[in-house]
Amino acid sequence: MKRPSGPFLLLVLLLILPLILRDAYYQHLMILVLMWVAIGSGWNLISGYTGQVLFGAAAFFGFGAYTAALLSSKLGISAWWGLPLGGILSVAIAFPFGWICFRLRGPYFALATLALNEIFRHIATIWESLTDGMIGILVMQTFISKLPYYYVALAIAIFSIVTVDLVMRSRWGYYFVSIREDQDAAESMGIDTLHYKMLSLCISAFLIGIAGALYTNYMGFIDPKVVFSLHEISIMAILVGIVGGVGTIYGPLVGAFIMVAVQEIFRTGGFGILHFIGQSTGWPFMSGIIKYVSEAHVLSFGILVIVVILFLPNGIVGDWSLIRKSLVNSKKPAV
Amino acid sequence: MDVFLQTLVAGVLKGGLYALIGLGMTLIMGVMGIINLAHGQFMMVAMYITYVLFHFFGLDPYTTLIISMPSLFLLGVLIQKYLLNPLMKVESILPENQVLMTVGIAMVLTEIARFIFSSNYLSVRTSYSSSAFYLGGISFSVALTVAFGFACFLTLSLFWFLIKTDLGRSIRAVSQDAEAAELMGIDSGRIKVVTMGIGAGLVAAAGTLLLPIYYLFPDIGGPFTRKAFIITILGGLGSTVGAIFGGLTLGLAESFGATYIGMDFEDLVGLVIFLLVLLFVPGGFKRFTKV
Repeated sequence: MKRPSGPFLLLVLLLILPLILRDAYYQHLMILVLMWVAIGSGWNLISGYTGQVLFGAAAFFGFGAYTAALLSSKLGISAWWGLPLGGILSVAIAFPFGWICFRLRGPYFALATLALNEIFRHIATIWESLTDGMIGILVMQTFISKLPYYYVALAIAIFSIVTVDLVMRSRWGYYFVSIREDQDAAESMGIDTLHYKMLSLCISAFLIGIAGALYTNYMGFIDPKVVFSLHEISIMAILVGIVGGVGTIYGPLVGAFIMVAVQEIFRTGGFGILHFIGQSTGWPFMSGIIKYVSEAHVLSFGILVIVVILFLPNGIVGDWSLIRKSLVNSKKPAV
Repeated sequence: MDVFLQTLVAGVLKGGLYALIGLGMTLIMGVMGIINLAHGQFMMVAMYITYVLFHFFGLDPYTTLIISMPSLFLLGVLIQKYLLNPLMKVESILPENQVLMTVGIAMVLTEIARFIFSSNYLSVRTSYSSSAFYLGGISFSVALTVAFGFACFLTLSLFWFLIKTDLGRSIRAVSQDAEAAELMGIDSGRIKVVTMGIGAGLVAAAGTLLLPIYYLFPDIGGPFTRKAFIITILGGLGSTVGAIFGGLTLGLAESFGATYIGMDFEDLVGLVIFLLVLLFVPGGFKRFTKV
């Protein structure tokens, strides 16, 4: 009975966390973390496990988000229907895309997904009669309190992790990993690689699409620049995946937590610490520093990518044994 | 008819510059086997160098080529030597690590530029920026024509370098078969460093040449990175002749798209062509050139 206790404790912690942390700001951050867990899990399935790097997670994310928003703004249906529909329609996009583009391998596939992302962004910007272009779409939020959103986000995050876990324990999981390790060998062992890559991409698109619809419901406002953003969504999804650990179940959880924390630390100037120092000491150059730091979160992302790839190529969860070893060694250096 | 010819001329002139951007990318692709997603950002850095030299030292944008190209060569060399080459030895699950690394480098370069110059649009205004001459009723922008001339000259020099010099031959050898080249005594690590430098230097030239007729802001790198990989894929990865065709195709497609479909569609046209080429002519125009 010792094995499942870790995830179980984590679940209980996540369930009661918003009841302890009553501050709306921290609840907001937790919702973002959970949303990124869903996106990261989706990314991890196709990229980390199946080895087909997805550079355009925002294509599916934005598609889910726009599905939810258009349901409410054009059809007058509650945007919550966007959760299942956004996921399903993302799959409907992923299917033909994968069918066509999975004949490309490695970096070429990654670039095709990048192009898909860009194409959707341009379409959402240009097709003003449907999407209102750069003005974006406003959706009325259902709840004032953050709690309901938190639990919906938690349910989606758990759903994503459980889905990926179940898939990876099944026969499909072994097929996916074999495709990642050596596609030609997998093919010659009788695995229909196109079929299983499609399957993996569709599940990923479904999870990412749901997360997009959640974003619309929670934020209440979307525009093409945000939901189809290369830096804020696609790159962030990759970061969540690789910082946490490529090809690990809990990697996206760790990655999402770290990435949202990094983003917020920079955006808020170390949660207001810099601001406090500036006020209490009255140094005139402090406000300049605060301004720079608050603009530096993309820079920190870039540096983080470089550092993580160089030193922790398999992420924090993937290289955990390595990290632990070096920590233990540094405590007692001379043996 | 005039509109058609005018669009054609504009497309070809722009295509010459695009070819220059694509050439650097395709060289890197051929030798390293990776797509350099920081390519447009290299260009952005070169444009800022030109801007600073023009603005504070009063140098003509075209003379700044002497400074911007070597600086970017150095930047490319340093990045390859200290960031990309070490990755060869790192064990990881994802093979696309190096591509991800270039994405990280791109973000860092963009943000550093934003720190120094803020997000404002800058431009270099010279006497010839908006002047044009006429040939048979078709207007040729002076700056664009000069840029096209420089682009042709640099392209020819590159081909001379690749075909005639020892270093150029080594680069081609590594790009054809890195292992065999190593067996012949070529230090492929060094060749990679040099290639990255040359690629960065070429795109720096494109940036500097483009600046008198364009504007400049930190995020300009992203769109040009995308254009560069569209050109590279159009031309066939690793093919230098293909990159010239790819650049011309993209230039023509964009200018015809802008004239006949609408300005909004300029970027979309390129992306759609990119996907169509991926689907119907995998391998790009390289197929037709046999080079």
